[in-house]
Amino acid sequence: MTNPDHLRLLHSMLRVRRMEELCAELYTQEKIRGFLHLYIGEEAVVTGVMSLLRPQDNVMATYREHGHALLKGVSAKLIMAEMFGKVEGCSKGRGGSMHLISAENRFFGGNAIVAAGIPQAAGLALAAKRHETMNMAALWKIPILFCCENNLYAMGTALSRSQSQQEIVKKAESYNIAAVSVDGMNIFDVIEKTHAALDFVKREQKPYFLEFKTYRFRPHSMFDPELYRKKEEVQKWKERCPIDFLTKYLIEHDGASQDVLNKLKIEVEQEMQDAVSFAENGTLEPVENLEKNIYENDL
Amino acid sequence: MKMTYREALREGLQEALETDPRVYLMGEDVAAYGGTYAVTKGFLEKYGPEKIIDAPLSEVGFTGIGVGAAIGGLRPIVEIMTVNFSLLALDQIVNGASILRHMSGGQLSVPLVIRMTTGGGRQLAAQHSNSFEGWFAHIPGIKILTPSTVEDARSCLYFALLDPDPVLIFEHALLLNSSAEVTEKPTRESLFKAAVRKEGSTLTLITYGGMLPRCLEAAHEFDGTGDKIEVIDLRCLRPLDNEAIFRSVRKTHRVLIVDEGWRSGSLSAEVSARIMESCFFDLDAPVQRLCRKEVPIPYARHLEIAAIPQKQDILNRIQEILS
Repeated sequence: MTNPDHLRLLHSMLRVRRMEELCAELYTQEKIRGFLHLYIGEEAVVTGVMSLLRPQDNVMATYREHGHALLKGVSAKLIMAEMFGKVEGCSKGRGGSMHLISAENRFFGGNAIVAAGIPQAAGLALAAKRHETMNMAALWKIPILFCCENNLYAMGTALSRSQSQQEIVKKAESYNIAAVSVDGMNIFDVIEKTHAALDFVKREQKPYFLEFKTYRFRPHSMFDPELYRKKEEVQKWKERCPIDFLTKYLIEHDGASQDVLNKLKIEVEQEMQDAVSFAENGTLEPVENLEKNIYENDL
Repeated sequence: MKMTYREALREGLQEALETDPRVYLMGEDVAAYGGTYAVTKGFLEKYGPEKIIDAPLSEVGFTGIGVGAAIGGLRPIVEIMTVNFSLLALDQIVNGASILRHMSGGQLSVPLVIRMTTGGGRQLAAQHSNSFEGWFAHIPGIKILTPSTVEDARSCLYFALLDPDPVLIFEHALLLNSSAEVTEKPTRESLFKAAVRKEGSTLTLITYGGMLPRCLEAAHEFDGTGDKIEVIDLRCLRPLDNEAIFRSVRKTHRVLIVDEGWRSGSLSAEVSARIMESCFFDLDAPVQRLCRKEVPIPYARHLEIAAIPQKQDILNRIQEILS
């Protein structure tokens, strides 16, 4: 009997992977423009973490956030329409790939300034806590889970070339924040450590830091010629593909049939193709609306 | 009832903290120290550590927390000690607070208030004497208030907190000890509109913030002569109150803009351009500007005085235009 939870996880990973693959294709067709940062290779992290969040939990992400938005509940259609710059997009075509935002899904972007989302996330957590418990003892006990997706590179600069202390966890510990390192290619490790971290955050109303050691298989963005790393290195990491890992686990330990796995793929493909059609058929916002939404009330 | 600009700011803060449970104040030395300019003295004891919060010296950090908290439904008041340190918070203001409504397609609202002192004139030298409010007025998505009177100092926070968008308040350091008679209850005339501080008919002086008192003094020197100088206090640098400016220009036909910021690419340039675009044929003389000299503000007293517009400079320029 196939474990339905495992199957659901694989489904999520495949959705993220397939959406990204389509984005890459659509980019070369010039349907998607601007900067495009793909998450391929890192799927276990977002899948594991998001599977443990509640709808009311707030999420802030970086510019490599398509999968995060998708798994926080933003539909593939709205995401794809946003990539196409259509008014049906989750940010009405004002944000694009790097600024997927959905207040309804408590997904607050999509921030293209490195690290700028960190204090904003802390502020959101502060507000959430205020709403729950107006009378608190120490304000700085903020319930927030920091997820560092350590894919080893800042654009093209390897961690080892920019940081004297490469154990990221130690940096968090120096702020007296509980911190743990996670195998970001192993969905089970992601889930186990994230589960414990979220328990801690909710129980203690304090921050917790998780470093997910992961790897992006694709270049930093579509403009990146990847001169800074060797093909062998990428190949080595690809052998640890988180989707292959879970698929293999499902076959070997859960006895998942090829039929079940194929159905899953077909389902994902259908969802993503529908999203692309939705985006293709979306409307461009009239230019007369350009100056809307600068202030709540137009000046 | 007489009160100082500082007391007026205090009163505005207290009113906000006592009437809206979503309000909190965060900044460097606002709590235990009582505020660098003693505006929040005693607040920690009165309102408690969950409302009056000392922040570490990271402007970009605590301003960003304010952005997030505002999105989350609170009404944060962020105090940046002085405008000079606001440069460190620019990213959160310009790439965060000001754009999030638009970039989210109208989904997010950032009702954040940022207060800071501004201006030179106290021999604090180049790194502590800037006037960047004109720079901030360049940015769509935020609003800029520059209270210049005790009454405005008393009400600016009220209007800023009422606003659904980010509002920056620039409190001029030289005005803190100024005092004036005020009514028992604050007047609630919108501060997002310019005010005619003195009626006149032969020349319009346009200014804001810390330059207002010296402009008024200079204008009054002409009382009793044939010339009547009108003084317009912009009060809000973004959005600019075009109508108030144009109305006055159409009446007096002559304009001097006094701006504490540097002249190149300044707020005074913007006001001047708008007058040219809309009132060109109403002008009897070219629009003139008096700004700070284009130097980092020097420490030496006489050099600082020479660098920042003084009453005598204003008088001289008015006379030049009138003659």
